[in-house]
Amino acid sequence: MISLLPWFVLFFPLLSVLIITLFTLRHPRASAAVSIAACAASFVLVLPLIGPGLAASHGGAPVTHRVPWLSVGGLEIGMGVHVDGLTVFMLLVVTLIGLLIHIYSTGYMHGDKGFSRYFAFMSLFMFSMLGIVLADNFIQIFIFWELVGLSSYLLIGFWYEKTAASDAGKKAFLVNRVGDFGFVLGILLVFYATGTVNFQEVMTGLAGGHFATVPLFAAAVLVFTGAVAKSAQFPLHVWLPDAMEGPTPVSALIHAATMVAAGVYLLARTFPLFAAEPQALLIVAYIGGFTALFAATVAVVQNDIKRVLAYSTLSQLGYMVMGIGAGSMTAGMFHLTTHACFKALLFLGAGSVIHAVHSQDIWDMGGLFKRMPITSWTFLIGSLALAGIPPFAGFFSKDEVLAAASHYPVLYLLGTATAFLTAFYVARLFTVAFLGKPRQQVHAHESPKVMTVPLMILAALSAVTGWLGAGMPIPFIFASDTGFGSFVHSGHPHAPEFHYSVMIISALVAVAGAAFGYLVYGRGALDPARVKDRAWVLYVVLVKKYFMDEFYGWLVSAVQQGWARLCAWFDRQVLIGTFVNGLAAITRWSGDKTRRLQTGQLHAALLIMGGGAAALLLVLLLGGN
Amino acid sequence: MISIGSFLTVGILLFVIGLAGVLFWRNLLILLMSIEIMLNGINLLFVAYAAKWQHLDGQIFALFVMLVTAAEVAVALALAFAVFKRKGNIDVSQLNRLNG
Repeated sequence: MISLLPWFVLFFPLLSVLIITLFTLRHPRASAAVSIAACAASFVLVLPLIGPGLAASHGGAPVTHRVPWLSVGGLEIGMGVHVDGLTVFMLLVVTLIGLLIHIYSTGYMHGDKGFSRYFAFMSLFMFSMLGIVLADNFIQIFIFWELVGLSSYLLIGFWYEKTAASDAGKKAFLVNRVGDFGFVLGILLVFYATGTVNFQEVMTGLAGGHFATVPLFAAAVLVFTGAVAKSAQFPLHVWLPDAMEGPTPVSALIHAATMVAAGVYLLARTFPLFAAEPQALLIVAYIGGFTALFAATVAVVQNDIKRVLAYSTLSQLGYMVMGIGAGSMTAGMFHLTTHACFKALLFLGAGSVIHAVHSQDIWDMGGLFKRMPITSWTFLIGSLALAGIPPFAGFFSKDEVLAAASHYPVLYLLGTATAFLTAFYVARLFTVAFLGKPRQQVHAHESPKVMTVPLMILAALSAVTGWLGAGMPIPFIFASDTGFGSFVHSGHPHAPEFHYSVMIISALVAVAGAAFGYLVYGRGALDPARVKDRAWVLYVVLVKKYFMDEFYGWLVSAVQQGWARLCAWFDRQVLIGTFVNGLAAITRWSGDKTRRLQTGQLHAALLIMGGGAAALLLVLLLGGN
Repeated sequence: MISIGSFLTVGILLFVIGLAGVLFWRNLLILLMSIEIMLNGINLLFVAYAAKWQHLDGQIFALFVMLVTAAEVAVALALAFAVFKRKGNIDVSQLNRLNG
């Protein structure tokens, strides 16, 4: 029963959460074993799904299974799984990289007093993320969407004794709430427009083209809002750099490779909705392109190794969103896949370095090549992949995005400028942190095998996954000569296309950026300090990250608090002061004027009663005629 | 055969006498007795009209009034007793603490 298989993929990590929280909290080694076993089981169970899933991209039936969950009025909500080509790639990315990072974590988190808790949270995250990937309807994806938000919050604030960490967790959660609110509205509008929340039914209905247009445009934009927050696109990107307060493997898994890519996956999953609304798609493209360049410029001046990588992640997510917005769902998802490999590698490499030198400042590192050869070599491969140097993974996927964007001059310029900056800051990071003379106080040494082996596997993946898009066979793994586009596509499978001009320009730009970065920081061709002095305005703007945090601080403290004060004033003065207290004053005044009527004398009361009864009688008698 | 007019006259007279007693006496016991007189005047009318229209409703109502009166007297006398214990007299004009 292959259709039941995805349920097992989904529920192994949940089982691990239960086992760890109920039984093995005091036994760190057992917790790690349970968590890794669950992850491995999920990964192994994904393998038999690859064949049927990919077949679904060529017109075969996707692997689906659903159980009814609740029905309200005309709305039938089920819990279901849906496996097609798109799902398969996401499943592979999530389970394989998840597995590697779980193994790496046993080394990185060794001796931490929250070791078991860490693995319980990681398993919870795996469960939630797989739920997003497998979901077959909007409601279900939203539930798991919130669950990844929860596990992200828990893991960012994992070292909750640190104020910065717990603040960062709260910030991530609150910023995501903004996007999620839009997402909920989007789901409601989708239901309003189409009468269903099931992905397949919505898409089939869209293909028929008989839905009203206006709600669909709004629905697409609002669904995109959810993706904007989760995938940290401008202007809701502010939480992701702060999320680096969490443990480094968490940054690698959640805040680089998988969870932040969930927004991109959502766009890919609901792509026909956007394809039906070209205006919405354009908004997506320009937000993505702007985020890509915006974040890349900030990454250039960061000194914290994890922050450089965080802004790089923002920038690359912008690339993915731009690729999808430019109309090529394939390009966006392809970049997601390769980015997951090399960015996880870079973060784990950074973790290995931090583990060794006990600092995150790249100026405290330097000269690590001799002391940490494996980390350095793998980091170099990841850097080349990120910079987009052929033949590493990033080159191919970035190229597909740029090829898709080349129909829009502005997007293409944004993308190319970002490619240059990316190569530049990667070269800066690598040159400063790994080359030159050692600057660290402690004697750095290579990390243990549990950490270096995942690095090597990820390095191999970062080197070769790009070939998938070009339709080149990958030795030992993948023999087909059909490209990524024949598995993940909207509409019909397409063979890899080569845009040689785009390809050559992007390769040249990447090499130029990397060479420039190396010359400046490795050879002293240009003194960064002098540039800093000359262009200090630009430098301050970049170091302050375009004052986005200050802007939001102002927005909350001035605008939102001001509005709150205005509301409070209106409530106190107008609602309470005038209406509530006014009514009370009238009642009291009239009571005060009429209280003399009550003398307390029984006879007076009886007289009034008797007089009243007589008067009523008189009225009845006279009125009767 | 006594005409209905005589019953009417006696009943209304009883009612008015009772009303006058209620309004002009300060003694709580006399007040209660006056209420009884008023009720009996009404009862007389009920019964007289029941006989005139050959209808049982009036008689049944009169029985109910007697029943309720009996209960009312029991409570009222207890209250009068309580008032006497507190105040030392049963003058209703001194029960004026409910003034506004």
